[in-house]
Amino acid sequence: MDFSVALLLAQDGVTNGAIYALLSLALVLVFAVTRVIFIPQGEFVAYGALSMAAINAGFLPPTMWLVVTLGIAVAVVESVAALREGATARLPMIVFRNAVLPILAVIAVRYLPLKSLAYPLQVAIALAFVVPLGPQIYRLAFQPVAEATVLLLLIVSVAVHFMLVGLGLYFFGAEGGRTPAFTDGGFTLGPTYVQFQTLWIVGIAALLIAGLALFFERSIYGKALRATAINRTGARLMGISADLAGKLCFTLAALVGAFSGILIAPITTIYYDTGFLIGLKGFVGAIIGGLASYPLAAAGAILVGLLESYSSFYASAYKEVIVFTLIIPVLLWQSLAKHHVDDEDEH
Amino acid sequence: MKPTLLETQDLCVNYGRVEAIHKVSIRIREGDIVTVIGPNGAGKTTLLSALMGLLPARGEVAYQGQPTLGKVSVDGLVGKGLVLVPEKRELFGSMSVADNLLLGAFARHRRGARDHARTMEEVFAIFPRLAERRAQEAGTLSGGERQMLAMGRALMAKPTLLMLDEPSLGLAPLIVKEIFRIVVQLKDMGVSVLLVEQNARAALQVADYGYVLENGSVALESDARTLLNDPRVIESYLGLGGSHSIAA
Repeated sequence: MDFSVALLLAQDGVTNGAIYALLSLALVLVFAVTRVIFIPQGEFVAYGALSMAAINAGFLPPTMWLVVTLGIAVAVVESVAALREGATARLPMIVFRNAVLPILAVIAVRYLPLKSLAYPLQVAIALAFVVPLGPQIYRLAFQPVAEATVLLLLIVSVAVHFMLVGLGLYFFGAEGGRTPAFTDGGFTLGPTYVQFQTLWIVGIAALLIAGLALFFERSIYGKALRATAINRTGARLMGISADLAGKLCFTLAALVGAFSGILIAPITTIYYDTGFLIGLKGFVGAIIGGLASYPLAAAGAILVGLLESYSSFYASAYKEVIVFTLIIPVLLWQSLAKHHVDDEDEH
Repeated sequence: MKPTLLETQDLCVNYGRVEAIHKVSIRIREGDIVTVIGPNGAGKTTLLSALMGLLPARGEVAYQGQPTLGKVSVDGLVGKGLVLVPEKRELFGSMSVADNLLLGAFARHRRGARDHARTMEEVFAIFPRLAERRAQEAGTLSGGERQMLAMGRALMAKPTLLMLDEPSLGLAPLIVKEIFRIVVQLKDMGVSVLLVEQNARAALQVADYGYVLENGSVALESDARTLLNDPRVIESYLGLGGSHSIAA
């Protein structure tokens, strides 16, 4: 391998690593706040990419009826809860926000000339019909069992994963999807050729990460999520409800996942079930960060990207094996370095 | 007579098959300091948890005239000014003092309030020590400072009724004195206080009314002054010199 090949592989590794980094941050966030190991994270990548491909080709967002259906289900569940508390005044808002709004969005999108819309608008529409699935899934699948053990939450998570993969096949078909690059072409930098799309991916991923950091450092909602992760009881006593925190971080996770999908759709063909592997690699990054440290998770994810890229050159048949084997020394090291913390401990 | 702020009727809480508190009926009037004293394990913390909606309970609880039991969520109660400072303080250890305080205003923020900077200055006026430590991580504070931060954080919610669970627990006598002085100061500012204490003498000295909780039931209730002079209370809770509980 000469230097230019090494650079090319590094470029590839960092590009994928940036995506894994985004996903690993979302995974750490969801676990820290809700104790859910969010297996379906990757499905949001696939949904984002394939919705974008569909809209780009002039089709309606394939997941729109799922958003409406789940919205109606959330409205029913929320209404029953409100009635039980005797809070009838909240009913109109519950029905409007959860059920009427998605239906209005579906009607609106039918009258839009999707194919000829500007690229950023297409992105916005794709996100609008994928991201709401995050809080909807939290409300329906996780909120009713929010106090359960980590293991039970993991089992629910696996179930949601299989459901979303199955629905993905139904919505998007078995064909893969690909979108045009944000900007075509590239430029020569020394001995290597850099695609513009690579810069877009790394740049937007960095921006998103910076945005998340700002959100957690500066906004009261971001601080509330951190507080929930640090001390659940304390947060509850300050009026930060677990339901709100869960909904918020599932929204962020869905947004990060869907956006990642839109970013990589121009460089890889995404199938309805591709997301799982991508999500798992983000998960390896998150594990390197001990499911707790954001910077370590991001760094671990970049490492995963590089390792994958170089091993695909040297031993392409074993590339996944090599990447996932990384988790074994990491787990060994973590179990030796830290004393055991009971995962059912309240704090 | 001052209007009632919070009232319970026959409140019962079970842990599994064990009844932790049994038919407890208490009343807190607006502007009063009411204390609940009693030995370890009498159900004092359980009572506060049930009032806050943290535990499933039977019976009736009315706050500001509205029934709350099973009807109003914890964040709903915080939004209505019912705020608990728990025995374990439950601070956000790796966040700064200022961020801990800010999060105390979360329930008000959700309801549209944006005057957090001014509220924080008011809290700093009561706890000047917190102002000095505002950039420090909460986990690095001393025991007394941690209690001050827990109380300050609760005050950021602008409570109508502040419930304090063993605020003097594990603190040096001088700090205990300071904490009780602040409890009186809060009363003067118009905050009603429900004070749960093992330090019976100090609690009764600042309180208007008191309940003695034993084995999960109210054994005795009266004006705080009457309780201070009640022979049964003196024998069980105030001791001869009355200092053992202050050292506790």
